[in-house]
Amino acid sequence: MSRSTLNRRELLKGGALALGFVACPSLTLASPDEVQALMGELYSGRHIEPGKVTVKIPPISENGFSVPMEVDVDSPMTAGDHVKGINVFAEKNPLPNVARFTFSPASAIARVETRIRLADSQRIVAVAEMNDGSLWSGYAFTIVTLAACVV
Amino acid sequence: MATVRVSAPDTATEGEVIELKAMIQHEMESGFRRGQMGEQIPRDILKQFECVYNDEVVFSAEFFPAIAANPFLSFHIRAGRSGTLLFRWTDQQGETFSEQVSLEVQ
Repeated sequence: MSRSTLNRRELLKGGALALGFVACPSLTLASPDEVQALMGELYSGRHIEPGKVTVKIPPISENGFSVPMEVDVDSPMTAGDHVKGINVFAEKNPLPNVARFTFSPASAIARVETRIRLADSQRIVAVAEMNDGSLWSGYAFTIVTLAACVV
Repeated sequence: MATVRVSAPDTATEGEVIELKAMIQHEMESGFRRGQMGEQIPRDILKQFECVYNDEVVFSAEFFPAIAANPFLSFHIRAGRSGTLLFRWTDQQGETFSEQVSLEVQ
């Protein structure tokens, strides 16, 4: 992990603690390393290139029980060039898998909006698989004000 | 049956990209909650969503406990032939809930 990423994580964590928000004491939460390992397993170690995938989530979520999230992949969605599926992970939920979305060229736009539950301030990572087998990823951080300690 | 709310246009021009929204009433019990006596409340969630446009599954979603209660989805399709849009949810017991609307394409 790069120095600047570590500092930013510590700052976000410190900021959240300073504001009095604590992660759920009763749940074992996942971790970014765990999600990296999970992704390695799901995609058989294939290379995942950062890019094309945008995760939109509020930088501060008031209610961890219902956080709006949008994932958008830059793709023409033609028969020859389209997104087949997107996997979304929440790095610090007790179960990091959030959803798996499957598209077809008839989708026209590789975008989905939904609402998710978050047990802690964390990074949401989305990995898109294209019809040619290439993998792309994107992520966004969110600070969760009221953690959903039941997810 | 759980209340289902679906948003889809009645008509579209051919090739038009339309937005579809679907929401269903469901607790999405995560399986991580504990009851009054400290017992773990078992997981009970919707596992799958499919949008079937004239017999073709154009979009689907697999849900995990992190999906919020009363799951909401917004996605798009390109209007092709006139026909039906079926929105179908399946829970972990295999029970399905669905709603069908018509789409007229000009």
